[in-house]
Amino acid sequence: MAAAGPLDGVRVLDLTEWISGAYATKLMADYGAEVTKVERPGGDPSRAVGPWKGGVEGPERSGTFFYFNTNKRSLELDLQHERAGEVFDRLLDCADIVVSSQRPGLLDEWGLGWERVHARRPEVPLIALSNFGADGPYRDYQVSDLVLYGFAGEMYTIGTLDRAPVKMFGTAALVESGAAAATACMAALTAAELQGVGQFVDLSLADTQFNGVDRRHAATIGWEFAQRRSLRAPGPAAGILAGVYPCADGYVEFSAAAGRVDRLNQMLDEPEWLQDPKWWEPGIGFRVDLVDEFNANFLPWLFERGKREIWEAAREAKVLCGPLFTVDELMGDAHFTDRGFWAEVEDDELGAWRMPGRPVDMPKSPWALRRPAPRLNQHRDEVLGECGYGAEEIAGLVAAGAAR
Amino acid sequence: MTQPRPLEGIRIIDMTLVWAGSFCATLLADLGAEVIKVENIHVWQPMTRGGQARPRAEAIAAGPGWATGYPYGVPGERPWNHSPTFVQTFRNKHSVTIDITTEEGRDVFARLVSKSDAMVENNAAGTLEKLQIGPDFLRAAREDLILLRMPAYGSTGPYKYARALGVHLESVVGHTMLRGYPDLDPSYITSIFSGDYAAGAHGAFAVMAALRHRRRTGEGQVLELAQAESAAALTAQAFLDYAWTGNIPDRIGNRSLYGAAPYGVYPCAGGTSEDGEDRWISISVLNDAQWLALRQAMGDPEWSREARFGAAAGRLDAADEIDARISEWTASREDYDLFHRLQAAGVPAAPVLDASRILDDAHVQARELNSPQTLFAGVGPFRFNNPFYKFSDSEINHRKPPPALGEDNEYVYKDILGYSDAEYAAFEASGMLGMDYDPEIP
Repeated sequence: MAAAGPLDGVRVLDLTEWISGAYATKLMADYGAEVTKVERPGGDPSRAVGPWKGGVEGPERSGTFFYFNTNKRSLELDLQHERAGEVFDRLLDCADIVVSSQRPGLLDEWGLGWERVHARRPEVPLIALSNFGADGPYRDYQVSDLVLYGFAGEMYTIGTLDRAPVKMFGTAALVESGAAAATACMAALTAAELQGVGQFVDLSLADTQFNGVDRRHAATIGWEFAQRRSLRAPGPAAGILAGVYPCADGYVEFSAAAGRVDRLNQMLDEPEWLQDPKWWEPGIGFRVDLVDEFNANFLPWLFERGKREIWEAAREAKVLCGPLFTVDELMGDAHFTDRGFWAEVEDDELGAWRMPGRPVDMPKSPWALRRPAPRLNQHRDEVLGECGYGAEEIAGLVAAGAAR
Repeated sequence: MTQPRPLEGIRIIDMTLVWAGSFCATLLADLGAEVIKVENIHVWQPMTRGGQARPRAEAIAAGPGWATGYPYGVPGERPWNHSPTFVQTFRNKHSVTIDITTEEGRDVFARLVSKSDAMVENNAAGTLEKLQIGPDFLRAAREDLILLRMPAYGSTGPYKYARALGVHLESVVGHTMLRGYPDLDPSYITSIFSGDYAAGAHGAFAVMAALRHRRRTGEGQVLELAQAESAAALTAQAFLDYAWTGNIPDRIGNRSLYGAAPYGVYPCAGGTSEDGEDRWISISVLNDAQWLALRQAMGDPEWSREARFGAAAGRLDAADEIDARISEWTASREDYDLFHRLQAAGVPAAPVLDASRILDDAHVQARELNSPQTLFAGVGPFRFNNPFYKFSDSEINHRKPPPALGEDNEYVYKDILGYSDAEYAAFEASGMLGMDYDPEIP
């Protein structure tokens, strides 16, 4: 039997939906926690979006739901039902930590908020994710990945001067915020285990973007320090070795490689043009006036080579570089396969496939895909049974419409 | 605030550079750990206290604000204490200088390891081993140490020695080809560093998880976070798409991954992008009700009433047309006015904020996302990011300004490690510690 994960024995009552919260509890589940996901009647809204297995839509065929809900159990429950409080209390009794992503105040409106949690289980923390936090002027405002990233993340400087700023892939900002939320969960759990006190943690997605890393912090402080603005670039590669370059079969990223001209010199096999001392001046990467001259010398070398060959030469010379792989190239790449990165998924209904596995390898308490994402309400009897409900009582809850 | 911080009493050695590792240690420091950044006055770590230790005026003028916007526009006597790119990731940390390239320095370092719970590093694979402070050395000093290593591609496999910042490994892991304007050549794609965010957060999570494992079993371990692997979660849907349908996803610009429309960034009243005065609002219509709300907010114009726009599929088909119409409506309006108006109507929308406007935002102020901090030698005060955590009973705050190089030498050598004043003076004289990089470092 494989070693237990580091969160073995931790019971998570998961009231999250969509992506950020679901990613936080997925991390806990993937590292060994027993996560019970309470789904609204009809299921988490992420079941209603693709990508779809085989291109066929269906609540049990959503790639978004699947990825963000591995290793969890599902219970379909109407939290607005008059008997919801009684079930909620029993679920609380079986939980060490509660994570929610309802809009601020909604759980309180339902009588299931922090007051109830804390009164019944003072040692259990509640981590409440929300767009703009539990208070503040935008408390009730809504976001999407685009709206969140544009407002609070570093989107303004991405793109070109003559166009609108442009976002990251899909829901990347929501995943960043979800990973940040996972650290809050872990800290709250630590505090509860060591100090015996459950705390309310108000985690705003906007705050995790405003005060995250990804250049926003640097751009903000650059303004605060010196009233220096950070702008979008006029076009490709706003400096020397700054950005993405074409090559024979695709593209390669060389940002910041100008910091070590000695290594570049080695990679290019000491070409005559690069021996001009001007290229060896510190800060050469920012010399916009020399970009054209540099590229006239550099681009022919790139066009004679494929991206893998270029990266190999760069690795040899320790030059900062990365080829732009597409998803199929990456999943067929030996490096990540050899390292055992891909999770091999097997699901009774959906078949077998590979998807991203552990973010961190923890040899003595490993990440593990113990079970696929749950079908809606798959674990009703198991979960309610653990909370002390007998078969007849469960049938009663279903008949009343509280459970499904 | 009635409770200690969650990681109070945990000591963590920060051997990180650039952003991913630094951010990881920042989060742990925010949550209460005593994080000690170990540096060396004889070794310049590129991209950690700036691009160069002593940048020339031309390089400062040519660099973007986020990289070379030094306090008051000047680098000062010790520029490495003021690089905007990096000092933001040093909050709540201590800085000590130890010359670990010497036998004596490694003894000092071992003493620090023996008094620490965890260590975080994101050097190139094999660096610790080359410095003779690899896992064996660390374990000898502290049997149950938790060591988080964050190499770009891992310590095994053909790419283990590839050099990378976040932007390079994001290219390798597929993110770069999945973002940017769909109609422009990929060479227009701007560098971003979302892999650093992912690695920092995943790493902090992992250290806390490993601390729990240690509490239960008494054992430490070596954790490996390959930053490329950690970044894959950001584009998870693309992997599922390929695995489940064979589709290779392409760039979609600002469009919705899920076909919601309209979904984009629209111009507002403002100045030019060359001056950083251009204004934009992002709007996401996630369902038909929000479309109706947007129509109402726009005054229900004739064009918007077309039946084909009533459902998401029809709006997606006509997305370019609708975007052009919305742009006409937004172009003469103020972004914050539209923000409040659209949100009041139930439409997700917000300005695309440039850095100069963040500190004035009502949310940022009301939530106290920044606090004034004065750097070593009285530089400041400047408003720095606070931690983004708000715990009901623990004070999670910006309790210590980003330290100057070696600012906490006395505290670490004397209070933690127990060296005497005389020993400290001898270390100082020998160059073991200090607050200035070697003069020959550019």
